[in-house]
Amino acid sequence: MANLWRVYLRVFLTFAANSLVRDMSFRANFLIQCISSTSWAVMNLGFYLIIFVHVDEIGPQTGWGKYEFFVFLGTTWIVNSLVQTLFMPNMHEFSELIRTGNLDFALLKPIDTQFLISFQRIEWSSLANALLGVVVVAVGMHQLMTRPEHPLPLSAVTIALYLFYILCGVTILYSLMISLASTSIWLGRNQTLYDFWFYITNFSRYPMEMYRHGWGVVLWGFFTFVVPVLLVINIPARVLARPLYPDPSVAWPLAAFTLVATVGSLIVSRAIFCRAIGSYRSASS
Amino acid sequence: MNVSAVFSWLQRLRTWWVILKISLEERLVYRGDFMLGTLMRFLPIITQIFLWNAVFQAAGKSTIVGYQFRDVVAYYLLTMVSRAFSSMPGLASGIALQIRSGEVKKFLVQPVDMLTFLLAGRVAHKLAYYSVAVLPFALVFFVCRGYFNGVPPVDVLVAYVLALVMGFLLGFFLESCIGLIGFWFLEVSSLLFVYMLLSFFLSGHMFPLDLLPHPWNRVVDFLPLKYVAYFPAAVFLGKVPRELLWRELAIEAAWIVVFIVLGRLMWRAGVNRYSGYGG
Repeated sequence: MANLWRVYLRVFLTFAANSLVRDMSFRANFLIQCISSTSWAVMNLGFYLIIFVHVDEIGPQTGWGKYEFFVFLGTTWIVNSLVQTLFMPNMHEFSELIRTGNLDFALLKPIDTQFLISFQRIEWSSLANALLGVVVVAVGMHQLMTRPEHPLPLSAVTIALYLFYILCGVTILYSLMISLASTSIWLGRNQTLYDFWFYITNFSRYPMEMYRHGWGVVLWGFFTFVVPVLLVINIPARVLARPLYPDPSVAWPLAAFTLVATVGSLIVSRAIFCRAIGSYRSASS
Repeated sequence: MNVSAVFSWLQRLRTWWVILKISLEERLVYRGDFMLGTLMRFLPIITQIFLWNAVFQAAGKSTIVGYQFRDVVAYYLLTMVSRAFSSMPGLASGIALQIRSGEVKKFLVQPVDMLTFLLAGRVAHKLAYYSVAVLPFALVFFVCRGYFNGVPPVDVLVAYVLALVMGFLLGFFLESCIGLIGFWFLEVSSLLFVYMLLSFFLSGHMFPLDLLPHPWNRVVDFLPLKYVAYFPAAVFLGKVPRELLWRELAIEAAWIVVFIVLGRLMWRAGVNRYSGYGG
């Protein structure tokens, strides 16, 4: 078993190295991609800075003030950029493999098919956003930890929990992504599904308190318990920035549930993937 | 007008009719997929509604720079309409690709002007788009009618329609100029990206431009970008004072002329330095 893990790790590292070599052979392009993805992020930051010119927090008494929101925004970039680095190009490739029938070759390889198609290509340039996210989180945290009243404590445990929940978030998004991509085996064409991906994750990018009144509760329930994308960024950001500090009671039940949701979505997506591969009928080749 | 001139005009109309028909048919092949896609484009507005609701509640006042909560939502819905007119997906990159691949040669030999041809194609494309998209748009606006203060008076409505049509023209000529840069740089995609980025932020697609703090709200006033998203929406919502309405439209028309002339000049200069290697 340990041996098997080592093999998979080595394969993964080879994929990573190959992708890096490939990216580095087009260095100018690499740089442009880094700049373009970070500039979208910076623009987003600009949007919120403009909002914070007019208000002090997002939602009354939610505690999402300017610097708490910096942490939230930085976390958004970190999670999304990890997903884009690791999985976005692969999922795109996956539906191409299905359409062209080249999935046959992936199926023939003596390695788990889901592993192979999930990690084959790594887009290093997307990591630029994660770096920017770390910077913004650091700035936000610095401000929160040095504010005059209720300076925010930060322990090693908090950081460990933060990193752990970021991983959970990436896993949930991956599960959703592979499930959506798998459906292209049945549908053939899935352009709309990609838009769908964008629009679903769009719901995850805001503090969840926002949805907690009127018919937003329905959305909140759906995106927490059915398609748990709301947990992806809210939980890690909340663990770190603690918007309601010193009241810690709010986040923990949801944090516990996030664990269940992560394991659950991984299992469900694996099942969907296997079902989809089962009905794959190849294409003309 | 002699017979041959009339005949040539008829020919031209027939060409446009054919382009129109082909574009329409292309669009209608996947109409279910397309309508669903258009409807989904409104999904981000849902999160915007919640976000701005939270912002207005936290602000503790009913208006922010003259916008009520309902106005902001209406604004976002209206910019979707503005963008439906002014966005030109694939135009600039298409022109640059034709220059790079040498396809542009056909416009040098044939008695067809490239920009006119592209404009005709784009009009057809847009008409085809509206003929299907009008259903999801109508549905969303009907559902969201509570965010609007009824229909504006006739003269504002006329100005609004003009602003939309001119937004289409401005979007077309502005982006075709970016595409024509392809005569000088082979790859315009990164330049196009910068344009898209600036346009998203400064055209008012992302937020009502009135929210910008002081020096910036003056800066965007002097840029043509505000006419492709912000301006039509602001006209509809009555944010543009009635006495300034026609002056603003005239400035927009001037911008269109600027980009038409610039496009012509760039085309002339570009063709002069163009060398069509290969097949």
